[in-house]
Amino acid sequence: MADSIDIEHLARLARLSLSADATTRARGDLGNIIAMIDKMQAIDTSGVEPMANPLDATQRLRPDVVDEEPDRDALQAPAPETQDGYYLVPRVVE
Amino acid sequence: MSWEPVIGLEVHVQLATRSKIFSGASTAFGAEPNAQACAVDLGLPGVLPVLNEDVVRMAIKFGLAIGAEINLDSIFDRKNYFYPDLPKGYQISQFQTPVVGRGSITVHLDDGTTREVGITRAHLEEDAGKSVHDMFPGQTGIDLNRTGTPLLEVVSEPDLRTAAEAAAYFRQMHTLVRYLKICDGNLAEGSMRCDANVSVRPAGSNDLGERTEIKNINSFRFVERAINFEIERHIDVLESGGTIERETRQYDPDRDETRPMRGKEESEDYRYFPDPDLLPLSIDQAFVDAIAADMPELPEARRSRYREAGLSDYDAGWLADDPDVATYFDAVLVQSGDAKQSANWVMGELAAHLNKAETDISAAPVTPDQLSQLIARVVDGTLSSKTAKTLFEALWQQEGEVDALIDSLGLAQMSDSGELERIVDEVLAANPGQLEELKSGKDKLLGFFVGQVMKATQGKANPQQVNELIRAKL
Repeated sequence: MADSIDIEHLARLARLSLSADATTRARGDLGNIIAMIDKMQAIDTSGVEPMANPLDATQRLRPDVVDEEPDRDALQAPAPETQDGYYLVPRVVE
Repeated sequence: MSWEPVIGLEVHVQLATRSKIFSGASTAFGAEPNAQACAVDLGLPGVLPVLNEDVVRMAIKFGLAIGAEINLDSIFDRKNYFYPDLPKGYQISQFQTPVVGRGSITVHLDDGTTREVGITRAHLEEDAGKSVHDMFPGQTGIDLNRTGTPLLEVVSEPDLRTAAEAAAYFRQMHTLVRYLKICDGNLAEGSMRCDANVSVRPAGSNDLGERTEIKNINSFRFVERAINFEIERHIDVLESGGTIERETRQYDPDRDETRPMRGKEESEDYRYFPDPDLLPLSIDQAFVDAIAADMPELPEARRSRYREAGLSDYDAGWLADDPDVATYFDAVLVQSGDAKQSANWVMGELAAHLNKAETDISAAPVTPDQLSQLIARVVDGTLSSKTAKTLFEALWQQEGEVDALIDSLGLAQMSDSGELERIVDEVLAANPGQLEELKSGKDKLLGFFVGQVMKATQGKANPQQVNELIRAKL
């Protein structure tokens, strides 16, 4: 089962750069997780509603009111680079 | 071989709320970069999204307007991908259970026919931020003000067959969301954008060809041009023995072409899963019923009402298309009671003036009240079509009220037939040559004499009456 996991593809999607060692370990870990999921898949769940959230509660709604005045300087303080109010990132060619 | 295009649109409607979908930050357009991006929008650790009630209300309103199933229970999912203008690394969207299910919309085409276009679903999601590529050398600037702005994504069935139909559908959607007041409809500010899915198949086939998706088109004209380009490209590729690759493309209006977007070589894999930060959304039927009870008159109903009032399909569509125009027209119609005259003035003189002054109808200097009084004075014979236009001009310049202006400008038609007869005699006498020709049967000259009399009376005579007087003299 673990052989069918495309670690390189998953790493790319997650923007992770994995060493050969880490790839081997990840393959093993994910293999174990898949094995666990396979066990769960074997349980008969016919007639059971899929559950999106374990809490027995529903979404509370908020009124449409502007009640946030963002402090831009404070929020941008942790950013590696900002200028004229923008966050700067390495050039993204469109 | 002849080919049949198959087109479906995904329209992103920016919902007209004051605050964002999951935070209390403002959605106002045009603020300083990042001045409206709060901790929730930025996805800082420890924050929790809380859903905006009006966003749900607007989505349901749309659903009811297209006769769709409303899902009382729906779920928000995370759509995972990396891009610098998506700070959380995922977009909160609805995947398996959208709030609005299957519905349909009637599209009016230019040739007067209509087409029923199926709508697969409409779901709520948050917008991403904006990347600025041309301000910082070697770097990209990110403005996250738009992050978290509520969007309703409306997905159509692949029911459209030409680029013109697709553009008409996009327009119809624009009309509908403005009627519902759930979107300001400002395309230039990005309030409505669409993605077009395009494929072609041999005419008569029931299979679907491989499709491509053109992203982020934000004008009616570009929708049509981008799709036409893409249809031609598909046909060219297929006829020269090639195959269409499923890919995402963007339209470049300057070159009038589509080209592949970079970084999409890999198949999209968004790994959707229910957002653990958001509990399932559960609406009760009373919430839906309250919205249904408060629905405005919809574009289709308005069109029909105008047709029943005696207007042509074209006029009814023209007036019903823009809710502000329709509101103005209704106000004129209620008072004047004359649909045809009201339509002529709103679509003619008023539209021309608004166009020239680049003014919105809601800011027109001539009020519906004044226009309907003007029409009443045309109908009762006080004004000729010419003096009515003079009066309209004076009203436009806000020089006064209808009856006062008719007096002060001396616009009333001559009701004294003795005075008019005297002028007719003068005009006939002054043009003996033309009079002889008219008498000898050259009927065209009747128009000449009516014109001369109108000129002599400064447009105040009733042309019909002048006509009769001249005939009586022959």
